[in-house]
Amino acid sequence: MKMKLALGPVLYYWTREKLQSFYEGIAAAPVDIVYLGETVCSRRHIMRLSDWLELANMLSGAGKKVVLSTLTLIESESDLKTLRKIAENGDFAVEANDMGAVHLLEGRTPFIAGPYLNIYNPQTLSMIASLGAQRWVIPVEMSRDVLQPLQQSRPVGMETEVFSYGRLPLAFSSRCFTARFHNLPKDDCRFLCLDDPVGKTMRTREGKPFLVINGIQTQSALVYNLVGEMDALRELGVDVLRISPQPEHTAEIVGLFRDCMERRVNPELALQQMEKLMPETACNGYWYGRAGLEQMVHAGEQSAACAER
Amino acid sequence: MQPEYKLDLVSPAGSLPALKAAVDNGADCVYLGLRDETNARNFTGLNFDATNLRSGVDYAHAKGAKVYLALNTYPTREWDRWKSAIDLAADNGMDALILADPGLMQYAMKTHPQLHLHLSVQGSATNYEAINFYREHFGIIRAVLPRVLSFAQVEELAAGTKVELELFGFGGLCVMAEGRCSLSSYVTGESPNNCGVCSPPKAVRWQKTAKGLESRLNGVLIDRYADDENAGYPTLCKGRFEVEGETYYAMEEPTSLNTLELLPELMRVKIRGLKIEGRQRSPAYVTQVTRVWREAIDLCMKNPKSFSVKPAWTAALGKISEGQQHTLGAYYRPWK
Repeated sequence: MKMKLALGPVLYYWTREKLQSFYEGIAAAPVDIVYLGETVCSRRHIMRLSDWLELANMLSGAGKKVVLSTLTLIESESDLKTLRKIAENGDFAVEANDMGAVHLLEGRTPFIAGPYLNIYNPQTLSMIASLGAQRWVIPVEMSRDVLQPLQQSRPVGMETEVFSYGRLPLAFSSRCFTARFHNLPKDDCRFLCLDDPVGKTMRTREGKPFLVINGIQTQSALVYNLVGEMDALRELGVDVLRISPQPEHTAEIVGLFRDCMERRVNPELALQQMEKLMPETACNGYWYGRAGLEQMVHAGEQSAACAER
Repeated sequence: MQPEYKLDLVSPAGSLPALKAAVDNGADCVYLGLRDETNARNFTGLNFDATNLRSGVDYAHAKGAKVYLALNTYPTREWDRWKSAIDLAADNGMDALILADPGLMQYAMKTHPQLHLHLSVQGSATNYEAINFYREHFGIIRAVLPRVLSFAQVEELAAGTKVELELFGFGGLCVMAEGRCSLSSYVTGESPNNCGVCSPPKAVRWQKTAKGLESRLNGVLIDRYADDENAGYPTLCKGRFEVEGETYYAMEEPTSLNTLELLPELMRVKIRGLKIEGRQRSPAYVTQVTRVWREAIDLCMKNPKSFSVKPAWTAALGKISEGQQHTLGAYYRPWK
């Protein structure tokens, strides 16, 4: 099977115009799969399901496989209402980012098991497959060595997707850190995250970029980038690589990944060319079973399991 | 006939002395973990091996208390270690297993159908559709809710499921949704999900500098304290960071959850378990917290309408709280 390239959902709150022009660009970019929808905050409401479906149809017309992604932290009846509508859309596949979503999709329609379902072992992967998952996205903290046995024993037909480029979505809270920054309660947040199309960088007290605040989500400041691991990804039989969108340079990043996948550019050169396109420096520690923020040089040392205490 | 409603006080036991302290001071249930990464408080010198597990279960059962075993991490390798832990629980008459991983739940259900299963807070179930998923597939009878819901949301959730609900009432406060936080592994390589630790002690370094006392986690500066400030453990979401020129507790202050004043409400919606955080804390902590909550629950049960928090309780709990501050956390909506 040929490796495919996916564009993950936009994790930030962008205006309708910004999303429209962004996805017009993506329609022409060499990605195979596009995930659409609000996965972070239920208060973000500029785009209704009908608006997402309009974008979905446009991208579908341009030859992309479109998947609708669900919210990750589902807390209220109104969140569930939105979720049910997505689950029952009838036209597009759905990425489930919560077990509540799996509950609504299982046995009815094939779905994609998103990165937040905590699938960490072959037993759980088989279980999810039996409910109708046709693809799963590995947890961002999963290493190459943990993935390997999962690949060897994965259920027939199950595709594997790896978050391969972007600021890592590391945590979700019910608290909004953007509202907290502005000294506002979440219920009166005034949607100020609209002013932060790439979130807000949180630095340590010695000025090092550390994390990024994106509403209730916390991301890494560094950019997870596995372009240098292309051979290993191919060898492991990974089916889909996910690029996480940024407002700038996403199409160029997609292009470079595509060039690497098709062996037109070698991974070292691609990584070099990405340096000026990334919002911050690269990291890949998770892939090597180490702290996520580390950047390992190719074929680095693999860590053991959790330290014995 | 409906069994009479009761709110269980569920106390932490990081050691045999802590277990005895919990039972002797009125805990209805204690929860504990094994001495490895199968549970989310995998700290040096803490937890149980097979021998003291047996003693603990015997001690608790003799005094009418229940014992729950937390196996609430996600196995990524050495599956058999988790499997043996489930077998051990079954062999030792554990009253319930607290699990997060669906694969483990499936194993427990098939191999030991008599075992009661609880969904761990690490399972991240924040809505009734998710909880009912675990009920339908694995027969869970209780779910521990992540500390992210407002009380109104808890009530809404309770109406949508037959699964018993357990809430955190007191102790350390996760500001992130449990089971959905990889901040610790991003900095140190080890997270609650995969290793049962957050901001692990072995990654901590303290350093006196000209600018103040610095706490670092795997080299990352988490906070810096002036001479007149109390230094806290560098849990990474409770450090001070700089955002657009402002340095502050960008995620959360060092503070503890305390929901004493919510007791009448918890009873009104028939919450079944009130969980005290702190398996890493001393027997003295367990004694103090269990005693206060026992008294409060008994008083509230007798007469919820006239219940009010006694200043002596607040004072006693205040002494053992992180940062010596209290919050209702997400249960109180404006916290969000």
